[in-house]
Amino acid sequence: MTIRNAMTLASVEPGVGLAAALKKDRAGVIAEIRDSGLKGRGGAGFATGIKWNLAAAARGERKYIICNADEGEPGTFKDRVILSEWPDIVFEGMTIAGYAIGAAEGILYLRGEYTYLRKQLERCLAKRRDAKLLGTAVCGRQGFDFDIRIRMGCGAYVCGEETALIESLEGHRGEARNRPPFPVNTGFNGMPTVVNNVETLAFAAAILAKGAAWFKTLGTGKTTGPKMLSISGDVARPGVYEFPMGVTVADVLKVAGGENAKAVAVGGASGYCLPASEFNRVIGYEDLATGGSIIVFGPGRDMLAAAENFLEFFTDESCGQCTPCRYGNPRLLEGVRLLRQGRCSTAYLKDLCALGETMRMASKCGLGQSSPNVFLSVVKNFRSEVLGRTSPEHA
Amino acid sequence: MLTTQQDTLTRDIGRLIEEHGTSRSALIPVLQGIQERYHTISDFAMQTVADKLGIHPVEVYGVVTFYAFLNEGYHGRFVIRLCRTISCDMAGKEAVARQLRNDLGVDFGQTTRDGRFTLEWANCIGMCDQGPAMLVNDQVFTQVTPEKVHDILVACQKVFSAHAPETGEGHAQ
Repeated sequence: MTIRNAMTLASVEPGVGLAAALKKDRAGVIAEIRDSGLKGRGGAGFATGIKWNLAAAARGERKYIICNADEGEPGTFKDRVILSEWPDIVFEGMTIAGYAIGAAEGILYLRGEYTYLRKQLERCLAKRRDAKLLGTAVCGRQGFDFDIRIRMGCGAYVCGEETALIESLEGHRGEARNRPPFPVNTGFNGMPTVVNNVETLAFAAAILAKGAAWFKTLGTGKTTGPKMLSISGDVARPGVYEFPMGVTVADVLKVAGGENAKAVAVGGASGYCLPASEFNRVIGYEDLATGGSIIVFGPGRDMLAAAENFLEFFTDESCGQCTPCRYGNPRLLEGVRLLRQGRCSTAYLKDLCALGETMRMASKCGLGQSSPNVFLSVVKNFRSEVLGRTSPEHA
Repeated sequence: MLTTQQDTLTRDIGRLIEEHGTSRSALIPVLQGIQERYHTISDFAMQTVADKLGIHPVEVYGVVTFYAFLNEGYHGRFVIRLCRTISCDMAGKEAVARQLRNDLGVDFGQTTRDGRFTLEWANCIGMCDQGPAMLVNDQVFTQVTPEKVHDILVACQKVFSAHAPETGEGHAQ
């Protein structure tokens, strides 16, 4: 079974959040979300209330709510579980967001790899239309028309980046746009658009149902609420877990059965690779910000092999639009292979690290800015196994 | 009356455009429809779509070549995509890959000569807790072992044989 512990979303009754939202005015809904301190669960951690407020204030004849279900970060699968188990809550979150910013249309951008979920999601949408939870005059509220359609992704990791996602929706190559302007002003078809992660929207519905005060009882002062984590790799019990924000990596490992781990990648391929000495760090926006990917490496694992796998991923998924990412990732991949073969000089390793820093600064979107992270953290944290390797099987 | 493949394709594209509209935003759903039915997006298909949407065919080509799930080359009836990303890698995807190569007689990126199977790598398909995982068309298989590969391929063959024999259109209905 994929779900491993008690989930907040299982305790949210469908319909309650939307009913509570419609009792408030639009500003009241946004205030509730802002008060809860909810931040983007996709990993970037932008305050959801602020995002909604910007979109509500932006001028445009049509506004859009986009649910980003292009869950492509290696090691992340909690959105798949949320969409399988609680699609009603996600659609309810989208409807609430639509009400809050004055949008009439919602789009669920579902990654192509999850096509098998589509039928069930369409059935859920049809049921909501029948129950007047979608369509003209939602819940009998005159003047609030909102409907949701599903668009399938086409197998491109970069489309998880919000502006690349919008490009893809508009029928273009998934190449990220410059930001600003942000989608809240100039989004889908040039109109104000809110792009939120699946988990963010589901928790927005939960907040309206249970109140901002409840949400704030969980987490640390700075990072509120629960966080769903996808745990995979060398653990006894892989799967989706929910923890309050601010949980330490060590506690997570204990629950999932990975206490003897030598390293943990938090945030997937674009995240950070922690050595055992840093397992007391906490998951939360003030320390380890993550979309929820936790990949555990057991004692025998070769961290350079992991870095090589991640860089193969980025070399393949880079959209090729900007130079640091297009050329940087293949150079880093080549460098990791040299290191694995024990054929990399210290000077060249230094150059590779400098290249990584340049990519962080100079790449256009989050993909290129974060793709060197794992390489840099492996070199920094596992230095003893990086240089002077003699492994004939890789020669 | 004899209809050519091109007539059929043009008719199908017309239907897809009726369904999705003629805005630029309809391009990808239309291409997905063509891919699903024909397992390839030919030059002729790209030109026809471009004409109907009023855009340059290079715009269509740019989109087709960008996305992993749209292809200008022919794809088999069953596209097998084995996840190669870290968790599936650590769970033993390499052994599964070897067996897939052996049983199909093709390497990754290739299609079997009978046009039934295309073997491809996939980047993380979100089944990290149940690896090694792979997709066969839209269906997901988890905890795949080299021993299971044969059964999965046989099941595909059965689906293939259960449908109408190959027609002039080159695809099973």
